Amino acid sequence: MSTVKLTIDGQEVIARQDSSILQAAKSAGIKVPTLCFHERLNPIGSCHLCVVEVDGKGTPVEACKTPVADGMSVVTSSDMLAGMRRKSLQRLLAHHPLDCPICDKAGACRLQDLVFELGVRADTYEEPKDRVEVAYATSLIKYWRDRCVYCQRCAAACREIKGVGALEFVETDGVLELTVDPEKCVSCGECLQVCPTGALTENLSPLKARRFVGKKVATTCTYCGCGCQIELNVLDNRVASVIGRGDAAVNQGSMCVKGRFGYEFIGSDQRLTTPLIKRNGRFEEAGWDEALDLIARRLNKIKSEHGPDAIGGFSSARCTNEENYLFQKFMRAVIGTNNVDHCARL
Amino acid sequence: MTNPFKDVLNSKVILLTGTNTTANHPIIANYIHEAVTKRGAKLIVADPRKIKLVDISEVWLRPRVGTNVAWINGLMHVIIRDNLQAQAYIDERTTGFDELKKCLAKYTPKYVADITGIPEKDLIAAARLYATAGPGSIFYAMGITQHTSGTNNVKSLASLAMLCGNIGIEGGGVNPLRGQNNVQGACDMGGLPNVFSGYQVVTSEDIRDKFAKAWNVAKLPDKVGMAVTDMGNAAGKTIKALYIMGENPVLSDPDSHHAAKGLASLDFMVVQDIFLTETAKLADVVLPSSCFAEKDGTFTNTERKVLRVRKALDAPGAALEDYRIIAAIAKRMGYPMEYSNSSAIMDEINALTPSYGGITYARLDKEDLVWPCPTKDHPGTPILHVGRFARGQGVFFSIEYQPSAELPDMDYPFVLTTGRVHWHYHTGTMSRKGTALNRMYPEALAEINEEDAKRLRVADGDYVNIVSRRGSIKVKAVVSNMTDRGVAFVPFHFYEVAVNQLTINALDPVSRIPEYKICAVRIEKAA
Ligand code: SF4
Ligand code: FES
Repeated sequence: MSTVKLTIDGQEVIARQDSSILQAAKSAGIKVPTLCFHERLNPIGSCHLCVVEVDGKGTPVEACKTPVADGMSVVTSSDMLAGMRRKSLQRLLAHHPLDCPICDKAGACRLQDLVFELGVRADTYEEPKDRVEVAYATSLIKYWRDRCVYCQRCAAACREIKGVGALEFVETDGVLELTVDPEKCVSCGECLQVCPTGALTENLSPLKARRFVGKKVATTCTYCGCGCQIELNVLDNRVASVIGRGDAAVNQGSMCVKGRFGYEFIGSDQRLTTPLIKRNGRFEEAGWDEALDLIARRLNKIKSEHGPDAIGGFSSARCTNEENYLFQKFMRAVIGTNNVDHCARL
Repeated sequence: MTNPFKDVLNSKVILLTGTNTTANHPIIANYIHEAVTKRGAKLIVADPRKIKLVDISEVWLRPRVGTNVAWINGLMHVIIRDNLQAQAYIDERTTGFDELKKCLAKYTPKYVADITGIPEKDLIAAARLYATAGPGSIFYAMGITQHTSGTNNVKSLASLAMLCGNIGIEGGGVNPLRGQNNVQGACDMGGLPNVFSGYQVVTSEDIRDKFAKAWNVAKLPDKVGMAVTDMGNAAGKTIKALYIMGENPVLSDPDSHHAAKGLASLDFMVVQDIFLTETAKLADVVLPSSCFAEKDGTFTNTERKVLRVRKALDAPGAALEDYRIIAAIAKRMGYPMEYSNSSAIMDEINALTPSYGGITYARLDKEDLVWPCPTKDHPGTPILHVGRFARGQGVFFSIEYQPSAELPDMDYPFVLTTGRVHWHYHTGTMSRKGTALNRMYPEALAEINEEDAKRLRVADGDYVNIVSRRGSIKVKAVVSNMTDRGVAFVPFHFYEVAVNQLTINALDPVSRIPEYKICAVRIEKAA
C-alpha cells in the first residue's frame, strides 16, 4: 500500500493512502474528539464532532470519513472548530436528558466525557413532549430512547460486526427512529457494548454497580473455544455485569449472548457449597476431612485389590490448564494409570 | 487451529464445513463475516444444515449427512482433473500424491452426486473457487469429527488444503473449531490416555523417565490408557472406580441410558463439580469446586493462544479450587503435592512441556502467547507449518468413502443429528442455571424440514416422539428449512429431553469419537 505525505497542525505525517484524516492524526499522536466513530466500523459521520479544517476547502470536514491526500494541510484545533464542536454537542444535549445520576453508564459515558472536556452546558434541553417507553426486541437489553444521541453505532455494529442486521435507523418526517427486528435479534448485546451513552443498557442484573464502583477483573470467558477476553464487574462478591475487553486481540470487544448474559450460574443458589457423601442412597453433607479421607481410603483399596487400571479419571475441558495438568499428574503418578481422558470428543 | 482466527481476514476463499459457526463460535463467525463483506473473500459452505453464514456464501453444498469423504474427494478430483493443484508445493513438501490421484479417479462429480446429493455443477464451482481464489482457509467442527469416519474426514480436509498449497501460509490453514472453552488446553495438558502434557507419549521410556524423575515416583505406567467412551463401556466391569472432574457424561455420552447404567454399577465414583449434575447424582462422593470466576489459571483457546483466567470472586460456602482438591486427595493417598498457587503449577508445566516452555504468567500479563513457545524469549507460533510441516513431509492420505454406522431404513427412516444452539452450552449445567439464556431458548426444539412435517402432519410447535433403536424422546418441533428433507436436528443441552438416549455408541476407530451426527430414527406426532 502506497503512502502519502500531509501536514497536520504543522506536523509532517506519513499515512497510508487509504487512511482517513482521523487515522493519520491518531498515528501522529494528535487527538481529535469523536463520538460516533468506532475503530471496527466504517465511518458513520453522524456526530460532526471530528470536524477539522483542510486547506483549500471552504468549510470544515469530518476527519473520520475524509480520506487523506498527498500534500494536504490539516488544522485540528481552532476557535472556529471548538465553537462548531460545542454547537454539535449542544444540539445533542437539547434532546438528551442529563439524568446521569440514575444512568448505568455514568462514569463510563463518552457523551459525559465530551461534555466535561468541551465545557458545554445543557441550557437548551427540551423535555420530550411524550415520553414513550420503546421496548427492545429482547428482555435482556433496555433501550432508553431519550438518551439516544443517534450516533448509529449500534446499528452499524449489528450489521457490520455481527452480520445480524437486526437494528436499523428509519427516518420518518425528518425524525430518526431506532427499529429492532425481534426475529433477527439474538441478544448478543454488541449494541450496548458500542453505545457511547446509556441509551442501551443491560436489563438482567438485579445488582446495580457502576463501572467505577465495582471491582473490575480482566479474565477469559468460560463458554466456548473462542476465549473472549472479558471484564467482570464485581460488587459484594457478585458479578454485576460482563463486558468485552476492547484492547484484546482475540475478540476486540465483541461477545455473544452466552458470554455477556450467561453469568447468572456463578451466583446460583444451586451451587454446591459443601462435600456430599451418599449413605443408604441419600446424600448427606460432610466436611472436607471426612470426604477426602473416604476417597483416599476407597481409591487405595480398589487400587490394591484390582490394580491401578481399575481406576479411571475424567479431566475437564472446563477447568484450567493448571488443573488439567495436575489431574493427569494425579492419575499417572498417584494412582498409576493412564486411564485419563476428557470429553473433548463429545 | 493451524492459523489464528483473525488471520481469516487474509483469506481470499473460506471453506466452512460441519460447523454452525454463528451459534457455536460467534467471534470466529464475526471475522468470517468481516472477511467476506469487507475484504472480498468468497465463502463456500458445505453443510447439511442451512446455517446463517449460507446467506453470504458464494456456493452452498448440502451433502447428505455422513458423506463428507465423498464430497471432499470430489473437490480434489475436480481440482486435479482441471490441473489446478499447487504442483510446486506438492512436489516440494508432500508425499503420497500419486496414490491420492489414483484413489480419486472414481470420484467424478457424477459419482459424488449420487452419494452426496450435491449437484455436479455446484461441486465443480466450489472446487474451482477453492483452488483458484488465492489463500484459502478451512474451518470445521464437530459436524466433521463426530462420525465413525471422523478421523478420515479430517485427513481428507488436510489433503484438500495441501493440494492447493494452503497450509503454512497467511490466510490459509485447516482450522478445527474446538467446542468447549478449554478443550485445547485439556488436550495440551495431557488429559488424554496416551500422552503427558505437550503430547509427549507415555509409551516412550525416555519421556516416562523424565516425568518420573520430576514427579519423584519410581515409575510411571507405560500402557496407553482407556478413552472416556471406553471407560464408560467398561464401568462396572474392568473399571471399578471413576474420579470425574467437571464433566457430565450421563448427558453428553452417546446412548446415555447405557452410560448411566455403567456408572451406577461402579464400586466407587467421585464427582467434583459446581452443580449437582445428572452424573454427580450417581456419585458416592460429590466435591464442590470453583467456577472460572473464582480461580486463577489459564485457558488455551482454539487458536492455541494461552489466556489468563483471574479470580474475581470467592467461591460459595466450602467450595474449593479444583487444583486444591486434587492436591488434597493426593496428599491423603500418601503423595505430597504442594503448590502455593496456580502460577507455581505453571512453572512445573514450563519445565516439563517443551511447547509451553516459555509461557509464564509474567509474560501473559504483557503479551499474547500462542504455543509452541519453547523458551522465555520465544515469540510464540501463531501459524503452524510455515516452510515445512512439523513432521517433515506432509502426507496425502488416500481415503475411500464409507457409509455411516447406522443408516435410515424402513423402520427408522429419518437421520437424527445433534448439536448446540446459540443460547446454550453443552449439557446446560451453566447456561441453564440463570434466567437470561432460558428466556431466549427455554426448551429443546427439534428442527424438522417443512416437507417432512407436512407428510407427518406435524405443525410448528407440535410435540413429536423421536424414536431410535435405543430410546425415545418427546420434544417440541420447529418446522423450517434449516435441516434437509429426511433429517432432524435436536440440541443436547436439555436433561429433560436427553437426546443422547437415542444416539449410537459407534466410535471412530482412531479418535474414539462417537457418531453423534448421524443415527436412524422415526418421528411420529405425539399424542
Ligand atoms: S463470549 Fe461467546 S464467543 Fe466469546 S468465548 Fe464466550 S461463548 Fe465464546
Ligand atoms: S466521529 Fe466523525 S462524525 Fe462522528
